Amino acid sequence: MKDILSDAITIAGKDLSNEFKTKQTIGTMVIFSALVILVFSFAFDPTNNTVKAVIPGLIWVITIFSGTLGLNRSFVSELENNCLTGLRSAPIDVTSIYLGKTLANFTLVTIVQTISIPVLFLLFNYRFTGSLLWFILIVLSGTFGFIVVGTFLSALAANAKNSEMLLPVLLLPLLSPLMIAAVQATTIVLVNEQISDAIGWLQLMTAYDLLFLGACFLLFEFIMEGS
Amino acid sequence: MKEVSSLIDRILFYALVPSFFILLYLIFIWSPVEKVMGVTQKIFYFHVGSAWVAFLAFFVVGYYSVRNLIKPNMKHFIFAGASAEIGVLFTTITLITGMIWGRASWNTWWSWEPRLVTTLILWFIYVAYLFIRKMDGSWEKIAKLSSVFGIIGCLNVPIVFMAIRWWNSKLHPIVFGEGKGQSGGGIEPEMLITLLFSVFTISLLYVFLMRKGAEIERMRVIVRNQKNKLMNKLAS
Repeated sequence: MKDILSDAITIAGKDLSNEFKTKQTIGTMVIFSALVILVFSFAFDPTNNTVKAVIPGLIWVITIFSGTLGLNRSFVSELENNCLTGLRSAPIDVTSIYLGKTLANFTLVTIVQTISIPVLFLLFNYRFTGSLLWFILIVLSGTFGFIVVGTFLSALAANAKNSEMLLPVLLLPLLSPLMIAAVQATTIVLVNEQISDAIGWLQLMTAYDLLFLGACFLLFEFIMEGS
Repeated sequence: MKEVSSLIDRILFYALVPSFFILLYLIFIWSPVEKVMGVTQKIFYFHVGSAWVAFLAFFVVGYYSVRNLIKPNMKHFIFAGASAEIGVLFTTITLITGMIWGRASWNTWWSWEPRLVTTLILWFIYVAYLFIRKMDGSWEKIAKLSSVFGIIGCLNVPIVFMAIRWWNSKLHPIVFGEGKGQSGGGIEPEMLITLLFSVFTISLLYVFLMRKGAEIERMRVIVRNQKNKLMNKLAS
């Protein structure tokens, strides 16, 4: 178990240092989420007061849209020069590849969120008054579930020629319960309702995260065998 | 072996045709008309029957996916695929009949209610599953990938149901059983018999379609193998 974790951290470090050198994916993700916010500001007039109601939904829409871009690259970029074969033939447990990729993607998406969510609040002129700690906890657990399932499916979709098109089709139906919980919990925190209502949703998200982390952890081996 | 299989097919077919006529008789002539909803309630028998088969087909996909992961087997792979295709069909029928019924009794085509949304998401998962099966590559590889997705999808369906149940739940009548604070609406004995018979007949139809679908898929594999053989012969 310790080996798997340390190998996973090595792989995540490799991915992240590669990414910070080129800044290709992360740059695209940030710009893309800013553009999504721009498009939404045309769709819903930000000066209108009722727009406050859509902000929790917007947070998750920009996370999923920009996150999917990053997830697409996660395994497809390993196909160049047969890097994936190299990873698989390395003397490590296959699941450490999954964990490493999950860690790297989670870090990337979190970085994008720390830029895009304040930008969203700024452009929609939203004054944050809720509990910051709970808000961060909810955003992190929602994002973690998204990345757990997303990384797994991006490995699966990388086998197809049209993996960029396949990934969202596979991913979004599986994310639906997580997104319901995340949007509801975010709404409760942002409109300053009682935090105790949000705890039920937070529990659902945690259960989803752990269940899918376990399932993906066990099933990842079969994906790597298949490719 | 082949003769037994075709005999089963024939028996299924000859059982299916009369049961469908009996079902139509039971639904439209024998069973009483519902007091509040009137004749529109008749669609209920088809709706519940197809919904049952839609969920059954999904669990069959899950079952064969697990079997396939334990030990890859062409037959299980084909069964899972046939079941998924029939599942898409019956999920579509469930959604459409449900919408028609909903329009008549709730005065809305769609409502965001647990069972409706779960069925819709089930439909999307089925379609995604079929997309994976359409990938190119050896069948062993596709069998592994699609089985993995089938299992994950099966895990997801109950969670979707729970999540949406928490989200909001008001419209669907709970006909059977008495939940907490939601006592069942009850059902006439004639209606119950008709409903059970419709579930039986549609399940029979599912088994029949499943066998036919698997047979067609098997023929496709044979034709593809022969074609490859011929091409290799011509090339060499």
